[in-house]
Amino acid sequence: MKVEQISIFIENKSGRLAEVSQKLGQAGVNIRALSLADTSDFGILRLIVDKTDLAKKTLKENNFTVSKTEVVAVEVPDRPLGLHSILEILDGGGVNVEYMYAFVERCGENAVIIFRFDDPEGAIRVLVENGLTVLTGERVCRM
Amino acid sequence: MIWNDEFETLPREAIEALQLKRLKRTLERVYATVPFYRENFRQAGVTPEALKSLDDLRRFPFTLKQDMRDNYPYGLFAAPLDQIVRIHASSGTTGKPTVVGYTRRDIETWAELMARSFGAAGAHRGDVIHNAYGYGLFTGGLGAHYGAEKLGASVIPMSGGNTKKQIMIMQDFGSTVLTCTPSYSLYLAEAAAEEGFDIRQCKLRVGIFGAEPWSEEIRREIEEKLNIKAIDIYGLSEILGPGVGIECVEAQNGLHIWEDHFIPEIIDPDTGEVMPPGELGELVITTITKEGIPMIRYRTRDITRLISEPCVCGRTHVRLERMSGRSDDMLIIRGVNVFPSQIESVLVKIEGVEPHYQLIVGREDNLDTLEVLVEVNEKTFSDEVKVMQELSTRIRKEIKDLLGVTCKIRLVEPKSIARSEGKAQRVIDQRPR
Repeated sequence: MKVEQISIFIENKSGRLAEVSQKLGQAGVNIRALSLADTSDFGILRLIVDKTDLAKKTLKENNFTVSKTEVVAVEVPDRPLGLHSILEILDGGGVNVEYMYAFVERCGENAVIIFRFDDPEGAIRVLVENGLTVLTGERVCRM
Repeated sequence: MIWNDEFETLPREAIEALQLKRLKRTLERVYATVPFYRENFRQAGVTPEALKSLDDLRRFPFTLKQDMRDNYPYGLFAAPLDQIVRIHASSGTTGKPTVVGYTRRDIETWAELMARSFGAAGAHRGDVIHNAYGYGLFTGGLGAHYGAEKLGASVIPMSGGNTKKQIMIMQDFGSTVLTCTPSYSLYLAEAAAEEGFDIRQCKLRVGIFGAEPWSEEIRREIEEKLNIKAIDIYGLSEILGPGVGIECVEAQNGLHIWEDHFIPEIIDPDTGEVMPPGELGELVITTITKEGIPMIRYRTRDITRLISEPCVCGRTHVRLERMSGRSDDMLIIRGVNVFPSQIESVLVKIEGVEPHYQLIVGREDNLDTLEVLVEVNEKTFSDEVKVMQELSTRIRKEIKDLLGVTCKIRLVEPKSIARSEGKAQRVIDQRPR
C-alpha cells in the first residue's frame, strides 16, 4: 500500500534542477508527482516516478545523492474540505505528518495527496479504518 | 625491519659526537661557498669557529623559505652545477618556486634514508611498492622510488592521477605497499568502490603517507577502509624530500628523524628561542651531510615536539610528535588559532560524515567569517529538511565547542569539493590582505 518516492539533494546553484529533469528524461523516466523543499543553501527534490530503480540509478551515475523512502498516497474528492476531512482523521488517530504534497487526477474528480509519515503502517491503518482509499504505487503511476 | 642496524641504533653519545663533527664540516662548507650564509653569519656575529658544542648551534641565524626565493634559483647551492646531478623544485603556489640541487652523494644519502624509512614502515625486499606520489619537480615520486629500489623491493612508478588505472594495476600486479598522500588513498578507496572493487581484499599491507597534514581520525579511517597499516612519513624538499623522518610500524607513535643526517630543534615561533626539551613549538632542521644545498637552522613552519624517550623498535633516533599542523596552515579567525586538522577531527567523529571539506574564510563588516563546506552522502542525506538542518546544527555546535569559533555550515553535493590527487586544498582565504 506504500508508494516509493526518491529524494535528491540539490545544491542551490543554477542548472542543477534542469540537470535532474534532463537526465531522467533521457533515461525515459516519467515524473508523476513532485515537491521541492528549499532552504537558503540547498533543496530536497522529492519525486514519484514510473521507474523508481532506473531513476535512482541514473541520478547516482550522475553524482547526485539519492535516497528512496516510502510515502502514502491517499485519494480524496476534489472539493472544499476534501483535504480537511483526511487531516481530521489523521489528527484523531494521533498520526504525525512529516510533510505532504498533492496533485489532481486527470479526470478532475479526485485529488491525490502524498504523505510522508514517521509511522506509515500506523497511518495506513487509521486511513483504511476510516474508509479512505490508499493507492498503490502502480495506481499512482497509471494515473 | 631495521635497514641500517649500525646507524639506526647508535648510542646517544655516538650520535652527538657524529653530529658535532658533521655540523662543523657543514658550517665550514657553507661559509666558504655560499655568499648568503657568509653574510648572514657576519650579521649575527658568528663564524664556523664559534661552534664548540652542539649547544652553540642556537647562536647561528635561521634560514627561511624567503631566503630561498631571494636566492632563486641556484644562489644557496654549495656545490658547483657540474656536481649537481638532480634539481627539484617546490610547487611555488605563491611566487617563485624554491629550488634544490642534489650531488651524486646526496642522491645516495636520500635513497639510504628512504630505504631506512621503508624498513621502519615494515616494507622489505619482495614487496611490490605502488608509488603514487607525483614524479617530476615534486620530490615525492623520485624520492620514494630510489629508496624502494635501494631496499630491493619491486617499485611500480605509478605517479599521481589516472585513478582507474591505479586500481587495475594495484589489483593485477599485487601491490603490497602504497605510497601517496593520505587524501589520495581515501580517494583511491572511494574510486575502487565505485568500480565495484573491494580494495580491502587486495594485497596491500602498508601505506606510507605524507606531504600533507592528517589527523589520527583520518589514520583510523584509512586503516579501516583499505585494511592496511597507515604510516606517517615526514619530509620537505628544502631539507631532502620524503624520508627526513618516519614512524616505525612497531609503535606508530612519533616519527624518528634520522639524526646522523639532521639536527632537529624546537623553537618558539614568535621569539625564535629554543624551547625546553619536550615542549611544543616550531621545528627547525639543520642538515649535516648535504652537499648540494645544505640548510642551516631551516624554519620548517611545522608545529611539533621532540620525544626523546627510548622507542620499542630499538631505534635510538629522537622522534617528532605527529604534526599538529603548520604554522603556515594555521588560520587566525577573529583572533582564534584554527588548524584545518581540528575541523577535520570534528567531522570524522560524526556518524556518516566523510572528511571531504573545505574552509572558506572571508570578511564581512570587518569581522572574519568562516564557512565550512561539507559534502552530503547517502548516509547523511535525508528526504526531511529538519534532519539535514539538525546535521548542520550539530557540526556547527561541535566546531564551536572545540574551537570557540562560530561558523556557517554549507552542505554541498557529493564530489563537488575538488579531490586531491596531490595535496588537498582545504582552505580558501578570501580576506583582503
